Amino acid sequence: MSNVFIAFQTNEESRCIIDAIIQDNPNATINEQPAMIKIDVPDSLTIKRSTVEEKMGRAFDLQELQIHLITISGHLDESDEEFTLSWKQ
Amino acid sequence: MQIDLRTVSIKPLRYTFDHIAKRIGADKPASRYLEGTMDIQAVTNFHYRPLWDPKHTIFDTSRTAIKMKDWYALKDPRQFYYGTYTMARARMQEAADSNFDFVEDRGLADKFPAAAAKLALEVLLPLRHLEWGGNMNNMYICAYGYGTAITQPCNYQAMDHLGMAQYITRLGLVLGKDDSLQIAKSAWLDGAMWQELRHYIEDTFVMKDWFELFVANNLVLDGLLYPLVYQHIDKVLDDLGGPAVSLMTQFQSEWFVESVKWVDACIKVSVAESDENKAQLSAWAKAWRDRAIKTLLPLAKHALGTDAESIMESVVGEFNSRAAKLGLVL
Amino acid sequence: MDMRVKKKLGIKERYTVMTRDLGWETTFQPMDDVFPYDKFEGIKIHDWDKWEDPFRLTMDAYWKYQAEKERKLYAIIDAFNQNNGHLGVTDARYINTLKLFLTGVSPLEYMAHRGFAHTGRQMRGVGPRVACQMQSLDEIRHIQTQIHSISNYNKYYNGFHDFTHMHSRLWYLSVPRSFFDDAITAGPFEYMVAIGFAFEYVLTNLLFVPFVSGAAYNGDMAATTFGFSAQSDEARHMTLGLECIKFMLEQDPDNLPIVQRWIDKWTWRGIRVLMLVGTMMDYMLPKRVMSWKEAWEIYFEQNGGALFNDLARYGIKVPKCAEQAGIDKEHITHQTWAALYQYGAATDFHTWIPNPEELDWLSAKYPNTFDKYYRPRLEHWAEEAKKGNRFYTKTLPQLCQVCQVPMFFTEPDDPTKISYRESDFKEEKYHFCSDPCKEIFDHEPEKYVQAWLPTHQVFQGNCFTEEADPAAPGFDPLAELLKYYHFNNGRDNMDFEGSEDQKNFAAWRNESVKN
Repeated sequence: MSNVFIAFQTNEESRCIIDAIIQDNPNATINEQPAMIKIDVPDSLTIKRSTVEEKMGRAFDLQELQIHLITISGHLDESDEEFTLSWKQ
Repeated sequence: MQIDLRTVSIKPLRYTFDHIAKRIGADKPASRYLEGTMDIQAVTNFHYRPLWDPKHTIFDTSRTAIKMKDWYALKDPRQFYYGTYTMARARMQEAADSNFDFVEDRGLADKFPAAAAKLALEVLLPLRHLEWGGNMNNMYICAYGYGTAITQPCNYQAMDHLGMAQYITRLGLVLGKDDSLQIAKSAWLDGAMWQELRHYIEDTFVMKDWFELFVANNLVLDGLLYPLVYQHIDKVLDDLGGPAVSLMTQFQSEWFVESVKWVDACIKVSVAESDENKAQLSAWAKAWRDRAIKTLLPLAKHALGTDAESIMESVVGEFNSRAAKLGLVL
Repeated sequence: MDMRVKKKLGIKERYTVMTRDLGWETTFQPMDDVFPYDKFEGIKIHDWDKWEDPFRLTMDAYWKYQAEKERKLYAIIDAFNQNNGHLGVTDARYINTLKLFLTGVSPLEYMAHRGFAHTGRQMRGVGPRVACQMQSLDEIRHIQTQIHSISNYNKYYNGFHDFTHMHSRLWYLSVPRSFFDDAITAGPFEYMVAIGFAFEYVLTNLLFVPFVSGAAYNGDMAATTFGFSAQSDEARHMTLGLECIKFMLEQDPDNLPIVQRWIDKWTWRGIRVLMLVGTMMDYMLPKRVMSWKEAWEIYFEQNGGALFNDLARYGIKVPKCAEQAGIDKEHITHQTWAALYQYGAATDFHTWIPNPEELDWLSAKYPNTFDKYYRPRLEHWAEEAKKGNRFYTKTLPQLCQVCQVPMFFTEPDDPTKISYRESDFKEEKYHFCSDPCKEIFDHEPEKYVQAWLPTHQVFQGNCFTEEADPAAPGFDPLAELLKYYHFNNGRDNMDFEGSEDQKNFAAWRNESVKN
């Protein structure tokens, strides 16, 4: 079982995205570093647009997370509603 | 009362990089455009010949018949480096988005008269493929051209063409039905009105000289097509049905005016460089212009009816004046 | 993109209509003439339509999000410049990492821009072309934001002033230069594996996360900002590289051995380039983030492990060189720094012996190797320097024909023995630092014999300015070479101790805190 991960710059808006990730991915581990937050999840990680919108208090297009994104690991699948990273076995 | 804000002032050792100072003098700072553009392409000591083109080195001035003492004389008057380019386009994108929202929120597409909508879809939608051709050609120049001064803006030009292909597609989705894009693609592939134009662009796909490609696509084709479509045909659609279509093509209209500044600067400087360049560029421009006029006539006739000939004459006349100002002899 | 249009079509269909539907099969010109380069490598593609678009970004979204990133980035660069941000770094030795970066890495971003323009035109499938084109655009972003961020350092410190000129000439910079020349002169599919996959996916975190974290740890706001900002583009690049591999492997089983060979070659060539980054991490950062050994373990052995586990279903194996790299991780940075230190008269940045606290950090991070093989030599050099005999080698090293690193690497099973390999080709003998480099050569000798090896070129007399006159009395070859390199001799090179950078930084910092 391998981890996928995603890392964001530390700022106001990414905080909401990260809160959303924690809510929807109970197995997530958070790793805080200078100016960066890295989230590891075994096998698969999903970011849901509706959860991010709830945290942010405004409309949010998942593609907007590119502004804050630092790096990822895993196969990416995106739809209008979900952004998923996973390792297939 | 004046408040003087100060930060600690320490004296710099130099204003800019040496290769820039050689060009502008060592006594002043350089713009971000210059620092991000001038001399950043390797020119010597290449390690291997391309497997895919062993007759040339990786970057090679002999990939074109045009000769320049300094390829960095072909500066972009818009001074686009990545930052200013994306910010300029983001502003245009915001306006375009707002226009599309306006059209949709007020149901202007549905209100657009059927005859006008039919004409708009027929003349505009297949152009998304021609835009894709412009994308391919400008990537070619970006890949094989010489000197960042001209290769950089060709990357931007290529992505602009992709963006405009996408705006036309979006127009098709808003104004048309589920099969409108497919009908337009069939017209592009088989329709009588489009075959000369498709032939033109496919011939450019196999050209080797990247500067000739610049002339054929960026100077001539765009120089005739854009005024024809986004000025004259646009007016017809506006007269027939109101501004809904113009709103959705505003990006292209604005873009053309801006890109002309750049294309003109490149041609003017390369023509002025030498009699040989002038002769070669003029020969190319003339040949491709004559061909382009033939390819655009069917489209003009379909959209403009009896006014087609006179409008084409005026479009060509303006192109010729523009070319003359650049020093071309057509 | 408005919501109504969005609701008509799902993201995948919408993206298809916005990209691959734009292309068509040409009839007036044969497709093979329109795309002349995508078949000669022997990669078999039966259905370009099976390409899965990574990160489905339309141009309007690209412009919008990238412009926002640029606005934020330049606001920070401006603030940094206005406030003499360079005085906020831990100490002036840090600034030397940026010299290495600007002369060694930034020009590679430019090559990537041109290389992805090439694949962005030559790949037959529209989907991959669009992704490559966006990467080409991103890469010019990277070189320009790097130049712009580092431009302020150029105003106050030495070594930054002629980076493109140096990248094409210096004896250690042909390591990165030849790496990218090799990639861009390969066919388009090999290029995608070399850069898109091996560099941008397998190895990218080894370059960026330590380097950018290093900037953050050492108070360099400008570099941290451009680093993190560039990284979000890198996420898109990674997905492109990974998709490329999957696509090739799913199209035809015959592609597997070709792709595997490329993965082996390029992972190795990439590791050799990265040893400059590793050395920077272990020796040049006053406040260290982690050791090269640790970075290798996290980003290659663990993350890379997860990746290769995933790719195993296609028959892909972990690159052969991984084993040697695993042994090398405890040695190469020490060996590299030793070389850079002793050749410090000809480096475009300062070098120095780490202080005792830093030596202890190295001992702790490298318990198996540092005290046994490397500390004694460094301490000896420190002693010599104290006596006024700072050691400089006055000659130039032999380079490996393939990776072009000087031949100071040792045998995997004996760190006291220099590793030499050789091959004969057309009655000439060629030299390599290792088995993987020799194997790369033996597979394509006609390519690698062309290399412009800097030190060999110097000895052939090709690295002097027009004014240089070897017959003149008092001719000093090293000084003349440095003129060819465009060095400000005595300011850009030599030890950090006593350098202009050191003096200026101290004086300016003093000025900013005293009255």
